[in-house]
Amino acid sequence: MSLATHQASTGRQIPDRLKTPLRRFLASWELLLLCVAVAVFILNSFASPYFLDPWNLSDATYNFTEKAMIAFAMALLIISGEIDLSVASIIALASTAMGFALQLGAETPLLILTGLGVGLLCGAFNGFLVTGLGLPSIVVTIGTMSLFRGISYIVLGDKAYTGYPSEFGFFGQGYVWWVITFELVLFAVTAVIFAILLHRTNFGRAVFAIGNNPVGALFSGIRVTRVKFALFLLTGLMSGVAAICLTSRLGATRPSIAFGWELEVVTMVVLGGVSILGGSGSIPGVAIAAFVMGMVTFGFGLLNVPGIVMSIFIGLLLIAVIALPRIVRQILARRKA
Amino acid sequence: MIHSLIKSRETVLAMAILVLVGAIASRFPAFVAPANLVNVFNDTAPLIILALGQMVVILTRCIDLSVAANLALTGMVVAMLNTLLPDLPVPLIMVIAIGLGSVMGLFNGLLVWKLDIPPIVVTLGTMTIYRGIIFVISGGEWINAHEMSDAFKAFPRDVVFGLPVLSWIAILVLIGFIVLIGRTALGRAFFAVGGNPHAAVYTGINVGLTQCAAYIISGALAGLTGYLWVARYAVAYVDIAGGFELEVVAACVIGGISIAGGIGSVGGALLGALFLGIVKNALPVVNISPFWQLAISGSAIIIAVAFNATSNRTKGRVILKKAEHAT
Repeated sequence: MSLATHQASTGRQIPDRLKTPLRRFLASWELLLLCVAVAVFILNSFASPYFLDPWNLSDATYNFTEKAMIAFAMALLIISGEIDLSVASIIALASTAMGFALQLGAETPLLILTGLGVGLLCGAFNGFLVTGLGLPSIVVTIGTMSLFRGISYIVLGDKAYTGYPSEFGFFGQGYVWWVITFELVLFAVTAVIFAILLHRTNFGRAVFAIGNNPVGALFSGIRVTRVKFALFLLTGLMSGVAAICLTSRLGATRPSIAFGWELEVVTMVVLGGVSILGGSGSIPGVAIAAFVMGMVTFGFGLLNVPGIVMSIFIGLLLIAVIALPRIVRQILARRKA
Repeated sequence: MIHSLIKSRETVLAMAILVLVGAIASRFPAFVAPANLVNVFNDTAPLIILALGQMVVILTRCIDLSVAANLALTGMVVAMLNTLLPDLPVPLIMVIAIGLGSVMGLFNGLLVWKLDIPPIVVTLGTMTIYRGIIFVISGGEWINAHEMSDAFKAFPRDVVFGLPVLSWIAILVLIGFIVLIGRTALGRAFFAVGGNPHAAVYTGINVGLTQCAAYIISGALAGLTGYLWVARYAVAYVDIAGGFELEVVAACVIGGISIAGGIGSVGGALLGALFLGIVKNALPVVNISPFWQLAISGSAIIIAVAFNATSNRTKGRVILKKAEHAT
């Protein structure tokens, strides 16, 4: 959607020699983020005496674990040049389906299958519309965003599903060891899986290739539509996983569940250094960004800042993270000229 | 001639609307009573105004998801002004609303123009920022009917020549857009920028400035609608018009405005908005729960986009590859 007029004039510069890994790391976005994360952590422990309590910190991880699971899949999708704004609505629909299955007497394993299945189906629907019919993903997923949540509203109206079985509560409330929650472990595992998928497999290379130049990728033998379809499936699946965790944690389903999360997920991805235009980014960056956002919102929470004020901060963060490098680049370009 | 008329998007949509209204009327004749039709049009007026503003933004290959938040923020500001200074005349309030809305549109536009940030990211961000600011300035409080002055509340509902002022404003905006799109250089520039930005640069059009202008127009109309909305419903709070931006985009997409930019018409935006307005007003009449609204507009967006894509397949070929990539 954006114009390439400005970038086209400068062109991409390819250096003769790559920098050493250490120097690359020192100049990387991830290191900067890591510093921010540490700074936020230190600031928080000064701001509130309750912050450093291990149980408190354990609770704080809930602020980002579920969103981050989606953010990993979304990162791949955005790197490939597409976007999915319907993720929060997929959570709502998957959660509603689980509640519906519960009404019919489903047990925990079936509930999980329902959540994952609905997530996959929604992802397949998005993927079919984008790759099968060749429609722009932004509009399609704006449409499915209201369609999926709309179905939840039709099913539930102003009511709610409650009464999930107690063993189902483990996914959102359970502890694996001491203060380490099940969700935190799941977050770490998915981070590793996605990092390997993106940075160590052919599939990951294909994702980067498609994001940089879809036509070039096609000509070099990559099945572009198939990869993109798989990415939409993956995003749907991870939304289903997040739906299971969130429903289990809240113990109830309302149609307004996870409202506005798509913004936070996209912010997380962009903050993690993924280019919104596609073609570059890394999973460690997204993981650190998730941590930063979780800690910042938790710190605000300890200081009694209302949620909607935090959303101003998230909106500003989203714009600032993209704007700052561009402003710096413009100033540097002006100096050169 | 007739062939092209049948193929045109607007005719198809107009027929669909007529069929829809006919189907409703066959079961519920009261729906097509003139008084009710006036009501439906008046109810749809805010959507028509915003859809026209959104149209020019989409024409230039951008999108404005912050319109509803802009509307709500302007509405809250003018409502608070009214409680503080009840004697402020309505025309001045409208000027303030339009001005404030334009400033918010300008902010979007500058970010897109000067910093070249993707429009969807900019407006997703400003959407939450504007909403958040409402909470900050109002402290989460509601402003209710009894706190607003009578003149403030009465203006959009005053009936002139059989139509409420709100409807007349929508008609005026519509006429303004017919002139803007069909008779001015700026109107042509919107199409040129969306159709082929590189060619637009060669013809001396400032692409960024044109996009910024589109955002200002969209913002100004959102501001104007903000006052009308708050005055009509006589209440202002943080969440008014929540999710309305999707309905506005839906109206445009249904009206045949291509999200890829450069294709669209004033008539299309009007018909798209009317289609959604009629569906919305017909739901309670045919006894369907209002909870269906969201799913219906979502499906309408998807069907309309799919329809647009198949009807716009006949694209020209790029013969000047070099010119495409130069600049």
